[in-house]
Amino acid sequence: MHDFQYHKPSSVADAVAALGSGEDATLVAGGMTLIPTLKQRLAAPSDLVDLSGVADLVGVRDKGDHVEIGAMTTHAAVAASPDVPGCLAELAGNIGDAQVRNRGTIGGSVANNDPTACYPSACLALNATIVTNSREIAADDYFTGMFETALEEGEIITAIRFPKPEAGKYMKFENPASRYALVGVFVAKTGGQVRVAVTGAGQDGVFRATDIESALSSNFSPDAVDSSTIDVDGLNGDIHASAEYRQHLIGVMAKRAVAACA
Amino acid sequence: MSETGIGASVKRKEDKRFLTGQGNYLHDIERPNQSYAYILRSPMAHAKINGIDTAAAAAAPGVLAVFTGADTAELGGIPCGWGVNNKDGSPMAEPKHPMLAEGKVRHVGDQVAVVIAETYEQAKDAAELIDVDYEELPAVVDMVKAISGDGPLVHDEAADNLCYDWELGDEAEVNQAFDGAAHVVSIDVTNNRLVPNAMEPRAAIGEYDKATGEYTLYTTSQNPHVIRLLMGAFVLGLPEHKLRVVAPDVGGGFGSKIYHYAEEAIVTWAAPKVGRPIKWVAERTESFMSDAHGRDHITHADLALDAEGKFLGLKVYTKANMGAYLSTFSTCVPTYLHSTLLAGVYTTPKIYSEVKAIFTNTVPVDAYRGAGRPEATYLLERLVSKAAWELGIDQVEIRRKNFIPKDAFPYQTPVALQYDSGDYDATLDKALELADYAGFPARKAEAAQRGKLRGIGFSTYVEACGIAPSAVVGSLGARAGLFESANVRVHPTGSVSIFTGSHSHGQGHETTFAQLVSETLGIPLDNIDIVHGDTNKVAFGMGTYGSRSLAVGGEAIMKALGKVTDKAKKIAAHIMEASEADIEFKDGKFTVAGTDKEMAFGEIALAAYVPHNFPHDQLEPGLEEQAFYDPMNFTYPGGCHICEVEVDPDTGVVEVVGMTAVDDVGRVINPMIVEGQIHGGLAQGIGQALLEACVYDEDGQLVTGSYMDYCMPRADDLPDFKAATTETLCAHNSLGVKGCGEVGAIGSPPSVINAVLDALRDRGVSDIAMPATPQAVWKALKAAETPMAAE
Repeated sequence: MHDFQYHKPSSVADAVAALGSGEDATLVAGGMTLIPTLKQRLAAPSDLVDLSGVADLVGVRDKGDHVEIGAMTTHAAVAASPDVPGCLAELAGNIGDAQVRNRGTIGGSVANNDPTACYPSACLALNATIVTNSREIAADDYFTGMFETALEEGEIITAIRFPKPEAGKYMKFENPASRYALVGVFVAKTGGQVRVAVTGAGQDGVFRATDIESALSSNFSPDAVDSSTIDVDGLNGDIHASAEYRQHLIGVMAKRAVAACA
Repeated sequence: MSETGIGASVKRKEDKRFLTGQGNYLHDIERPNQSYAYILRSPMAHAKINGIDTAAAAAAPGVLAVFTGADTAELGGIPCGWGVNNKDGSPMAEPKHPMLAEGKVRHVGDQVAVVIAETYEQAKDAAELIDVDYEELPAVVDMVKAISGDGPLVHDEAADNLCYDWELGDEAEVNQAFDGAAHVVSIDVTNNRLVPNAMEPRAAIGEYDKATGEYTLYTTSQNPHVIRLLMGAFVLGLPEHKLRVVAPDVGGGFGSKIYHYAEEAIVTWAAPKVGRPIKWVAERTESFMSDAHGRDHITHADLALDAEGKFLGLKVYTKANMGAYLSTFSTCVPTYLHSTLLAGVYTTPKIYSEVKAIFTNTVPVDAYRGAGRPEATYLLERLVSKAAWELGIDQVEIRRKNFIPKDAFPYQTPVALQYDSGDYDATLDKALELADYAGFPARKAEAAQRGKLRGIGFSTYVEACGIAPSAVVGSLGARAGLFESANVRVHPTGSVSIFTGSHSHGQGHETTFAQLVSETLGIPLDNIDIVHGDTNKVAFGMGTYGSRSLAVGGEAIMKALGKVTDKAKKIAAHIMEASEADIEFKDGKFTVAGTDKEMAFGEIALAAYVPHNFPHDQLEPGLEEQAFYDPMNFTYPGGCHICEVEVDPDTGVVEVVGMTAVDDVGRVINPMIVEGQIHGGLAQGIGQALLEACVYDEDGQLVTGSYMDYCMPRADDLPDFKAATTETLCAHNSLGVKGCGEVGAIGSPPSVINAVLDALRDRGVSDIAMPATPQAVWKALKAAETPMAAE
């Protein structure tokens, strides 16, 4: 690990100021991705701005038709919250292992937009709103590519708002080695609208499976998935899964998610 | 049976310190004024080094020294411990394995330079300033391409990248057996390359004492005396009396810590140059690219059978990957530890085996838990199951029909070994009962209702361990003896220190060996210490591997204990004024037959060290004995592993739902420790069959260089094991013990794959390679559904 300046602000405003102070400053939330990257010397920021001292960013708030989750809320806290919709709590409870769930945060995960992370699929499928220190971004506009987001320099996620679905289920097929999502499919029905988001499989990161969405909109049943197509172009291939195998798994996971919703 | 003697499940004495963080592992050792080494490794699989500029690194903060191959070229290479000859009798190709690369790098991770600094971080920072002028060369990873005649050469002195082309048996004679055969069943199998992944990474500290001229190497080794011999005699030219090697608590080895590694020589050689102790500890990434890998065979085999399914002959053609350099025991693994096991538990009368050992631009390959025997067992048991399916014979029946019967021992196989004892029907019968084989059809039907494909797979195996009779291995090319030493030091008040040349790195020797002493001398475990892992304390030792610690090291202890009790009896006879023939020794007491005279073991010990009333005319004072033990033969554990799996046809996921292992490991000293060893072996066997694969791309880059891509077995990948033992005693050692450290990893992989194939057979799948990952199973199912599309 290379040396860096460490900052631990207690407010979002101070965090923004600290971010601007270094020539190559970066935020650290739970550090579940960043710390290993630093240790392997794959990143060498000048300044590290630790958000764990900003108390306002932690917590789950029930807002009636939606739930607002502070960016620094850990996966374990989301999994344990009675206010969080069951499908989202279950997703959080199956991320990584106990150590990761007690350190890793929803804001960190969504800001990093790892193409194999679970949370991005929940954001898309539940039509979440990403709230930052300067604006609100619809999930559909937020995820812009692998490890790429709509966040601008100096912009900090403060919370994420999830509408409460009538039904929802996330099915993850784990990479046998890393246990990240080899393919994860989140199916949700909210306000009568069906949204299906796929993580782990896309070359550009998380995406909506629109063909499956329209098939399910007219017939919300596992069989409807069979009649839809998933384009193999744009899917990832690696030693664990070819693009064709991922294409197949998207269908299987989608069917299982729909079956679990019923 | 005493509560602490042979056969008792005594809790492990060493666990208290391990579980409370009091273990003394290498990184726990801090030497005064210690410095730190960082090894710069090659990022390329194959490249010429046109120059290395170390000036900036040498000037960096905290740096004490920077060395490259130019500084160490005059020293010896890392030696290979076993010479194998070609078919024509000529010796194998044995190119130099330099401590630091000399003009060329040959695999990703090859060591190029070492930076020694005040702190590890400073050494690592400075290494980034080293400018290596690499000229990249085409790399060769694939064994078939390597020997094709137009592949790049890893070493100029190894034509066609061939290390050796070796054979065992007479091919023409075996062909005759095939001529009369009713059936010939053929198979092609790959034994996947594995990364050993010991929990504790390799590490070393080199130290030099200017006053005495003595070097000390602390290292994570399974055999410190062997390292002293290899490094002292062949690499650095240091005499044994000026070189101490210490292997303290070591966190797992599985074979990967047998070998002498360059880093050990580097820190020892450099210590006097910088005038400081030097510590090096591998990062996990380095472990992946510098610990010797395991397995990596490609084999074609043909089995000839008569009309009833009796085996008539076997021909086996194997390509074995050596990697870029010859590691210590690499050359004997595919030959003398593999081809000699090809009879398995069967009466196959004629066997031929050919092995081509091949250099590639990959990490060196060497013994890994089982070493050669898992490769032989996998090949044989896949082939036997395939024959049963092709001929329509029951999986159990074909095995029973060909078993070496229990009254046929000692049994001379056609591939050099003579098995001393065994009862293969007994292990099979017990396994069938434990696995409830009779209930399998009902379980399969029930699984089908849940949409799952259920299969059952068998492996009946034998292995050769208790390595090894020195004269035999010497005649086969071993450059070392494989005996073991033990010293029993009885202290004046009757407590005992045992100095053993075996080395425990997880096996529980401190408990098992103490049980031997407690049984023999009748003293409590707390009065017994097992000392190992230090060449200045233990007289000599060949170390721990090949499931040899109890069968060879334990026997040496028994032999030394025998000398102690013989002498103690003489002392007791003198003091109690009786004839030696009338002295009985039982439960720690010496008695005179037919009288009430008795003396405790501790009283005799005191008399030996305070020899006021002592038979000085016959004996020397003191009570300490040394013994060396060289076994007469290998030992031959065997058994039956039955695996049951369920396959999800939608995703290809294989779940191991049952794993039964019945092993005959000879007499069991501590049943709990034996069961633990078998569990660990099964986990690694299932890991190889379903999860683990070391993958290189065509350019020689290690694709599975971390746990993100290299899949280790975890608890939730494994079922509750049903493990049991049967017992036939080893016929040539006093304890009757055979060895249990490797049987789990040797026997289980074919049982898992045979179970997967049994599950998929109805869907038209007849072959699948290890590891049978979800993707591999899905692809096999898809190819079977649409045979044309698969081609």
